[in-house]
Amino acid sequence: MSGVVDVKLARSHGLTESEYQHILDGLGRVPTLVELGILSVMWSEHCSYKSSRRHLKNLPTEAPWVLQGPGENAGVIDVGDGQAVAFKMESHNHPSFIEPYQGAATGVGGIMRDVFTMGARPIANLNSLRFGRLESPRMRFLLGGVVAGIGGYGNCMGVPTVGGEIAFDPSYDGNILVNAFTLGVLPSDRIFRSAAGAVGSPVVYVGSKTGRDGIHGATMASEEFGKESEEKRPRVQVGDPFTEKKLLEACLELMQEDVIVAIQDMGAAGLTSSSCEMASRGGKGIEIDVERVPRRETGMNAYEVMLSESQERMLMVVKDGTFERVRAIFEKWDLSVAVIGHITDTQRVVIKEAETVVADLPVGLIVDDAPSYDRPQQRPNLEARWTLPNLAPGGLGPRLLGLLARPTIASKRLVYEQYDSSVRAATIQGPGRADAAVVRLPDLNGAPSATQKKGVAMSADMNGRYCQLDPRRGALLGVLEAARNLACVGAEPKGLTDCLNFGNPEKPEVMWSFVECIHGLAEGCKALGVPVVSGNVSLYNETEGRAILPTPSVVMVGLIEDVTRTAPLGFADPGDRILLLGRLDRLGLGGSELVAMETAELLGRPAEPHLPEVLATHRAGIQLVRAGLVKSAHDVAEGGVLVALAESCVAGARRFGAEIDLPGQGELLARAFGEGASVIVISAAPERVAEVLAMAKGAGAEITEIGTVGGERLIWPGHLSVSVAELHDAWANGLGRALAAV
Amino acid sequence: MRIAVVTFPGSNCDEDAVHVLRNVLGVAAFKVWHRDTQLPAGTEGVILPGGFSYGDALRSGALARFSPIMGAVRAHAEKGGPVLGICNGMQILVESGLLPGAMLQNSSRKFVCRWVGIQVETLHSPFTRFYQKGQILNVPVAHHEGCYYAPPELLAQLKAEDRIAFRYQAGDNPNGAADDIAGLLNPGRNVLGMMPHPERASEGLLGSEDGKALFVGMASAWAGRAA
Repeated sequence: MSGVVDVKLARSHGLTESEYQHILDGLGRVPTLVELGILSVMWSEHCSYKSSRRHLKNLPTEAPWVLQGPGENAGVIDVGDGQAVAFKMESHNHPSFIEPYQGAATGVGGIMRDVFTMGARPIANLNSLRFGRLESPRMRFLLGGVVAGIGGYGNCMGVPTVGGEIAFDPSYDGNILVNAFTLGVLPSDRIFRSAAGAVGSPVVYVGSKTGRDGIHGATMASEEFGKESEEKRPRVQVGDPFTEKKLLEACLELMQEDVIVAIQDMGAAGLTSSSCEMASRGGKGIEIDVERVPRRETGMNAYEVMLSESQERMLMVVKDGTFERVRAIFEKWDLSVAVIGHITDTQRVVIKEAETVVADLPVGLIVDDAPSYDRPQQRPNLEARWTLPNLAPGGLGPRLLGLLARPTIASKRLVYEQYDSSVRAATIQGPGRADAAVVRLPDLNGAPSATQKKGVAMSADMNGRYCQLDPRRGALLGVLEAARNLACVGAEPKGLTDCLNFGNPEKPEVMWSFVECIHGLAEGCKALGVPVVSGNVSLYNETEGRAILPTPSVVMVGLIEDVTRTAPLGFADPGDRILLLGRLDRLGLGGSELVAMETAELLGRPAEPHLPEVLATHRAGIQLVRAGLVKSAHDVAEGGVLVALAESCVAGARRFGAEIDLPGQGELLARAFGEGASVIVISAAPERVAEVLAMAKGAGAEITEIGTVGGERLIWPGHLSVSVAELHDAWANGLGRALAAV
Repeated sequence: MRIAVVTFPGSNCDEDAVHVLRNVLGVAAFKVWHRDTQLPAGTEGVILPGGFSYGDALRSGALARFSPIMGAVRAHAEKGGPVLGICNGMQILVESGLLPGAMLQNSSRKFVCRWVGIQVETLHSPFTRFYQKGQILNVPVAHHEGCYYAPPELLAQLKAEDRIAFRYQAGDNPNGAADDIAGLLNPGRNVLGMMPHPERASEGLLGSEDGKALFVGMASAWAGRAA
């Protein structure tokens, strides 16, 4: 790279001509190379949210129990009794496509750092993944690498990976999605934040040493992929979970003492973004001497040190005179620790290399004056895809088996068995067992507790197909599904984090769907009374002009007052009665897995949710599970009610058949395989059915008895009779066969 | 009853072991830092917990065996005091030579976490004395290098000396371990290494209480005999 800073060099840093001009105007001079590096990375889409900022304001972020909303390292909500939970989801899509193991591993490492930066001990990880067609060897390699990377990092950290979702669609052939979620627990009166403290306070660097890895990772994540993306592998960071585990323990140990004023993890854009954000949030300035930054390589210049994305590093501002205490704890854990600067009152970010000033920028220019674009939007002709194809009638049995074997629907056991899901001795409902993951909360110190009654439930959801066909409704349906999954384990929804994965925002149709999806998320959250407390935007998920399906992934977090009262998704005993909560006739085949399977196309309009009914269904579900009246609860999602019933037959500890009769007069395929909001399959002992009916009706929900658990087959007289063995084989081996097929 | 749980850098099941002892069983348990050279006075038993000590650098357990505390752990074992190594703890015991054989990568070459059934093979140890012979315990495994290896003559010796404590149920071996070995004892029968996690199976709420009796047996084995 030439040292001459000009518009050409600015462009190679991902800045536009007008952005560069803005820098010249704001600075009144040509920036130095280090300054250009800092500004380009801080003004990248990844760091500045320049295309999305104005639209994110439409999300509801407030509720009485929100202790920290968006804008910090993670959102925090109060869960009572002096405890709070911090959580966030973040994308690592671009690096994972280039180097799946390290890309996914460092995504998991980054999100855990975000959470323990807040002072929380991480207690649960989830992830939301999207892959393309498994027929491609490259895609199978990516799936294997991503899963191994997520496990490799999370397992070593001792944080259980308790749930998540994976879906497959050809639109992800060129851009996979890796969204990682972490939830941690902290005392509600001891939240750590990142706003710089008093002038003169020392700025302390802790953790791993700085190397040349990951320079310009944030810029990479703000561009489309082309044919040369393979060459960007050096921009992918390399993770070291062992160091992060030590960093976690050292930080939490230090946080027990009254030492830290501000703390910020060095994630994307490393030292640059952490120092600029601290100064900006505190309304202060910061001065850093890069010569004092611990390094693992020799000969690094200031530009490289400031832009390195080496992992497992933190920046802290500590109280004056406490450094020796900081040093003692971090040295105990064999970690680097150094004072690298101090807080100033200049409202400037000053970077020195020994005595030479290599950057001197106003914080306002870096953060507040970052570009913000109101990009043009164009509604695509959605209606062109809303006509459903004519599917041949009948054939429920083969269709059901086909759907159960689809990688999106089939058991993900091959994946989740590679994650430690039971470390921390608190997993009540782990992967594959219930509609949402349930983890018992620890005690106030973050240690496992045998007397703790409360738990958190978490569910990751979103259907990109729905969002492509009708972005607003699709996003709304995703939020409702997350809440429905929480209802199935008896959890009251309390907060949401999102990861908005889209294509190139400079394309008006992509931008329109982005804005519409935000409206859909907002509508769902407002209806449920659920605040969005944290999140992340990942744009430019596009390769050679082809964008992914709009995928605004969400994880919803709910609270359970008594963890002994949750429900699994599998049936429990023969003779139990099967009931449907909610109206089956509200579901439809628009955007369904059945249509995708039979036409390989994206067709139909997703079924409209009727919010009052949906809320009543959730309310009834929560009450029934909490009352201990139901033995299983499973939501109707991809594949419709027959798939949900089949899963309840084969996914539990024991397998059962069932005999059912689906209500309604409508078209048979829509009744059997229709998708949408608000239907839950529950089972209950026959002698409790009267109470179940009364409680559901009391909650205002529709409820219908549809059959009985038992036997060796799933039978709908006159329409369907499939053996449990066949159902189980299709569902249990579907993903394995898709991976093995050449 | 005082049980020391060693924290190595990278241990991550130390809290869980302390939790079961203290909160579930009411046994005095405390963490000991790996750089300490002495076990605290009154220590009656030692647990080397699961996790990734030293990030599994080189081989699982290969570096932890050099931690300063290991001298005191060895001395405790040599005096006949009970020592339990769970998962990474078993790997450390094998690397230290406190147990024979070697640990290999799982035959799947992948990390595996799932519930397995293990069969109690001997009652002659502090850890297994409260079980029934042949009893099946439902416990989780979570490891990447859990494939126990021993040459044929060692396997024969382990069998002859009744030192195989637990075997995976037939068809439920998650890692390819020789002879389905899930846990084994030293010649003195006071050191047990096992890959499954009994501390994650000691509360009904978490899916199984089958691990509890192991800790009860261990905690009461050496009562009053501490140094």
